[in-house]
Amino acid sequence: MVSLAELARERLAGRRLIYLCILLSVTVPMIWKISFKEHASPMVKNVFDQVESLPPGARVLLVFDFDPGTEPEIKPMSDAFTRHLCLKGAKLYCLTLWPTGPVEIDKVIRNVLTPEFPDYYYGADYINLGFVSGDEAIIAVALTSFQKAFPTDAHNISTSDTKRLPIMKWVENIRSFNLIIECSGGYPGLPEWIRYAAVPGGVPIVGGSVAVGTPELFPYVPDQCVGLLAGLKGAAEYEQLLLERYPLLERPECRVALDRMGPQTVAHLAIILFIIIGNGIYLSQKRRGRVGT
Amino acid sequence: MTRRLIVAIIALTLLLMLLIRASSGAMVNPFMDYESLGKWVAAVLTLCTLSFLYSDNPFYRFCEHVLVGVTAAYWMVLGFWRTIVPKLLANVVPEIPAYFFNMDTPVTVSLIHRLIYCVPLGLGLLLLVRLHPRGRSISAWTLAFILGTTAGLRLFGHLEADFMAQIQNSITPLVSVAEGGFNLGRTFNAFLITGGLVCCLFYFYFSRDSDGALGRVSKFGLWILMLTFGAGFGFTVMGRIALLVGRVEFLLQDWLGFI
Repeated sequence: MVSLAELARERLAGRRLIYLCILLSVTVPMIWKISFKEHASPMVKNVFDQVESLPPGARVLLVFDFDPGTEPEIKPMSDAFTRHLCLKGAKLYCLTLWPTGPVEIDKVIRNVLTPEFPDYYYGADYINLGFVSGDEAIIAVALTSFQKAFPTDAHNISTSDTKRLPIMKWVENIRSFNLIIECSGGYPGLPEWIRYAAVPGGVPIVGGSVAVGTPELFPYVPDQCVGLLAGLKGAAEYEQLLLERYPLLERPECRVALDRMGPQTVAHLAIILFIIIGNGIYLSQKRRGRVGT
Repeated sequence: MTRRLIVAIIALTLLLMLLIRASSGAMVNPFMDYESLGKWVAAVLTLCTLSFLYSDNPFYRFCEHVLVGVTAAYWMVLGFWRTIVPKLLANVVPEIPAYFFNMDTPVTVSLIHRLIYCVPLGLGLLLLVRLHPRGRSISAWTLAFILGTTAGLRLFGHLEADFMAQIQNSITPLVSVAEGGFNLGRTFNAFLITGGLVCCLFYFYFSRDSDGALGRVSKFGLWILMLTFGAGFGFTVMGRIALLVGRVEFLLQDWLGFI
């Protein structure tokens, strides 16, 4: 008869073995640089086509509602969106409703905008509106007056000062934008921007979400939200489309999600294998009468 | 005691090896600049947090406390600079942020404008009265205001974008004819969505016993729900693995310089 303590120790050892296997399934493909070609789903194609159809000088609200905790999934999307928008010559209005979001905006400006697009000037071609607290209430205010919702930019310059921030000349409210792009890591995120900005304002919206939050967003596609990038896989598909359309982007920093999909796929296969093995053991034990029904 | 000593010796040896590797230039040198030091701190905290997978330990608990402390301080600082200064002070006494913080605020603000912004200031102060045992009933006024506005705001948002629009989206033609021809894939999807929707609704219909035809329909609805939960669980696994990939990539690439 196996004692409870022994059973608990056995289970703990088994769990640690699974952790180790998952760690190896992520680490080994990463070191060997295993990656796969992605094929874009219709939802991702919709997002790409929507951005691709923007005219030069289009005003795009780029929302960074994520934090370092969701960065591995969302940052490849926000980087890809920024590159695509800059290649299209769009005007970028970056903001966040997450207190940890300003760091992410700074990273994109520092790592993507400034080194890759030196012709993009602050105040004229892009603006960092920083963080504003108030969640969906702020979105509702921005629907009527953008300046009231965002009185200053991240550097405390008044958004009404169109001499220093000429990019704000054309912005009155949410309806002034050609497109809203939401990089959503949770609440407030894509559902809030759909409910309080896109639907009442009649502005097209596309976005990317963490994989965990994706199922609740599917019902909005395609009528209320034109397209959606679902987690890292969606980001990888978007990067693939971007590389196919703009081959000059064939650089390591432009295929972060594609490179991460290798370890991701191997880890998924390992989990599937564990599920099969676990069920196999359960069924064999059940046949021997060692476990109850 | 012996076991702890062995663990400590192994940890110190590993640290020494890492420092030798860093000094040879193969990986980030923690003494080079603040960014490099930050990478080392991030890497050590990551390893301490992941150590929970082995068992609960003081290193993991230290990380927990650091996270709570840093988050509270970060929120406080950000709340002051991004909410209290530009939203409150800049509207009630714009002279203060303009003079002390060199902020770009219009100093010619009318008295009425200032008084209007005194209302949220008063409500905010009332909320702080809650800290005193006798002040709870007074702070309830502010809470009532917050509850009322939030409920009103959410009601219109959900009614328009969720309730009405979702019903509208569910009413689709069952037979899809696109570009002059019959589209089998879309037709199948339309049947599946409509059938799944009806069956799921029947699953939550409790006014009659679920037997006979109604039972079979509601059972199919249950299957649809189970498939949805399964898809949701799959997405959750995908998300968690993506986070692990991100952390491992940071450790191997940015910190250790292996890849």
